Amino acid sequence: MHFFLEVLIGGLLSGVLYALVALGFVLIFKASGVFNFAQGAMVFFAALTFVGFQEVLPGWTGLEEGGSAVFWLAFALALISMIVLGVLTEKIVLRPLVNQPHITLFMATIGLSYLIEGIAQGVWGANVRGLDLGIEDVPVEWLMESSNILVSKFDVVAAGIAGVLVASLALLFQYTKIGRALRAVADDHQAALSIGIPLRHIWVIVWGVAGFVALIAGMIWGARNGVQFALTYTALKALPVLILGGFTSVPGAIVGGLIIGASEKLAEVYIGPFVGGGIESWFPYVLALVFLLVRPEGLFGEKHIDRV
Amino acid sequence: MKLKKTVLLGATIAGLLAGSYASAAEQFIGLPSYRVGPYAAGGSALFGAWIDYMQMINERDGGVGGVKLVWEECETEYNNARGVECYERLKNKGETGNSVFQPISTGITYSVLEKVAQDKIPMVTIGYGRTDAADGRVFPWVFPMVTTYWSQASGIVNYIGMKEGGMDKLKGKKIGLLYHDSAYGKESHAIMDKLAAKHGFEVIKIPVAHPGNEQQSQWLQIRQARPDYVILWGWGVMNPTALKSAAKTGYPREKMIGVWWSGAEEDTIPAGSAAKGFTAAGFNVAGTNYPLIKDIEKYVYAKGKGNMEDKSRVGGVYYNRGVVSGIITVEAIRKAQEKFGKGKALTGEQMRWGFEHLDMDAKHLASIGATGFMPEMKISCLDHEGSGKVKFQQWDGSKWKVLTDWVDSDKPLVRDMIEESAAAYAKEKGITPRDCSKEM
Repeated sequence: MHFFLEVLIGGLLSGVLYALVALGFVLIFKASGVFNFAQGAMVFFAALTFVGFQEVLPGWTGLEEGGSAVFWLAFALALISMIVLGVLTEKIVLRPLVNQPHITLFMATIGLSYLIEGIAQGVWGANVRGLDLGIEDVPVEWLMESSNILVSKFDVVAAGIAGVLVASLALLFQYTKIGRALRAVADDHQAALSIGIPLRHIWVIVWGVAGFVALIAGMIWGARNGVQFALTYTALKALPVLILGGFTSVPGAIVGGLIIGASEKLAEVYIGPFVGGGIESWFPYVLALVFLLVRPEGLFGEKHIDRV
Repeated sequence: MKLKKTVLLGATIAGLLAGSYASAAEQFIGLPSYRVGPYAAGGSALFGAWIDYMQMINERDGGVGGVKLVWEECETEYNNARGVECYERLKNKGETGNSVFQPISTGITYSVLEKVAQDKIPMVTIGYGRTDAADGRVFPWVFPMVTTYWSQASGIVNYIGMKEGGMDKLKGKKIGLLYHDSAYGKESHAIMDKLAAKHGFEVIKIPVAHPGNEQQSQWLQIRQARPDYVILWGWGVMNPTALKSAAKTGYPREKMIGVWWSGAEEDTIPAGSAAKGFTAAGFNVAGTNYPLIKDIEKYVYAKGKGNMEDKSRVGGVYYNRGVVSGIITVEAIRKAQEKFGKGKALTGEQMRWGFEHLDMDAKHLASIGATGFMPEMKISCLDHEGSGKVKFQQWDGSKWKVLTDWVDSDKPLVRDMIEESAAAYAKEKGITPRDCSKEM
């Protein structure tokens, strides 16, 4: 039983990290109705920019290498870079495409994804870097001692950070003026413009917030596995979460993440051995597809009703 | 009159220039590199080092036998389709066309396997590609040199046997095989099964789906099974993730042995302190304390002609592996020139002869400043592998430390498997194997 619990808890914690990446997709989808293919590239760009600044800042400023001043300055500069990226995306990619079909915007984000990956490696190089956030990736001692259940301290802290972020964004969308404007823009660009909602400002804000989420996700995943191109693959983990939770729901992302995280780990351990193993990569998609048959809009997605 | 003199003088200078240009032979080497995309970290070091070595040969020796080495890169992004495109784009370049193709990608190797035989361009696959291509009778144009995946697996098991105090001590042990769930990872299965049957140990095969950035379930399974050793047959992000997950589950890194695509700085640095104690096999070692690396620093980097953007990567595992590619290319040219003459560019066919007659014994390695850097190697018509030996290095938290001398594989067992597999390929493709007694 304790093995089952270990797998389940580990899966749930991983699921929160998937939700963190899914959140970036949800934010942009809510504001523009666009599935942002470049979200994985943004996670990579953000993490690489952060470690890149960490490397060069001691030389530029004389600050102590590995010190907290360098950490926070690098964080601030990486965040500014993400906001600049958001502003430029709005100006160069999205603005000329206002009122175009969603598929056009989607195609634009595919191009954007390659561009961001290329810029990131061009500016900071292709080297694989380590990232130490000062959180030990070791089992939680009291759980190990009391019940021999292995739960990673790092995963618990990361899940906590992701949880706070998700809750804050859910509140922002639900109860603030900006949140309402975001929802209006997502519904209909032209209608939102006609009632005086500044579409461009909203897009800049939302891409900026998505950049911030990408930075946090990049730092956490980068600390787990290293800052390298593979960070772009984290997006693959978020897709079934979105299908399950709905593309427009912040709480849906977290619930979807938990379901996907737990089910993929349990499936790998308990079903995997009967089918040759390695099912973790495709099982969540199968689950999400089955779910689509029952509830196409996802768990928390908005039901789309057209008047005929 | 003055005009006539000027024209004559101009014509003479042009003639001299043209003459000197024609006499300076150049050996063209096409480089299907990958410096952007998912595998850029490895690609930039592997191809950068290869270029640095050729640059050093040009700067120090004026080329090989009076022939300058020239090259052109073609970006594949480690993508098979682009690899084939690069192969086609490069094959007719230079005076005699591309003289060797080394894709440093198993996928691209498979994609051009039949093309190289048609185009008569030797393909060198050092530490990747098709293992059974080591049977030169069936694969005359392919050279999986130095060592193959099967030799590597056998070398790792021999090393575990050494650690345990003898191969007989392996009986009843459990060896976990954490592998990348792809053709590359599954390449380990057949040989591990044979070795397990021979030595009486149990193999616990645990697949990791690509890309391998989540391994919690695999490591919980390892925690339950409690293997005596875990062989890490990984690639890319799977490697640091495995090391971190091992630390998280309390599995000792000293009991983890990686393959050569798991044992570079790119695998250990991202894992931080979790990588300390991890051991990996390699057909080249890390470090700058070798005469040939010193020469690269002296003749290339001191002159500002180095290819690596980050000079601190010189001497890294991937960098030194790229140098091995350079050494083998240069030594094959040297060998072929012994037969076909110096001072002129070689054709692919002539280069193939050079590769097939490479004999890099201890004396030869010493002469090029590579003693201990790579194993001794002798290629023949029958054996395109030539060595099969690996060294084991351990990560001490900041650098690799060599633990062993060259460890050999179970040659008879591996060779039997190679011949069996190559014979099946020959039958499938209708190839009549060469009679090596008739080859010169």
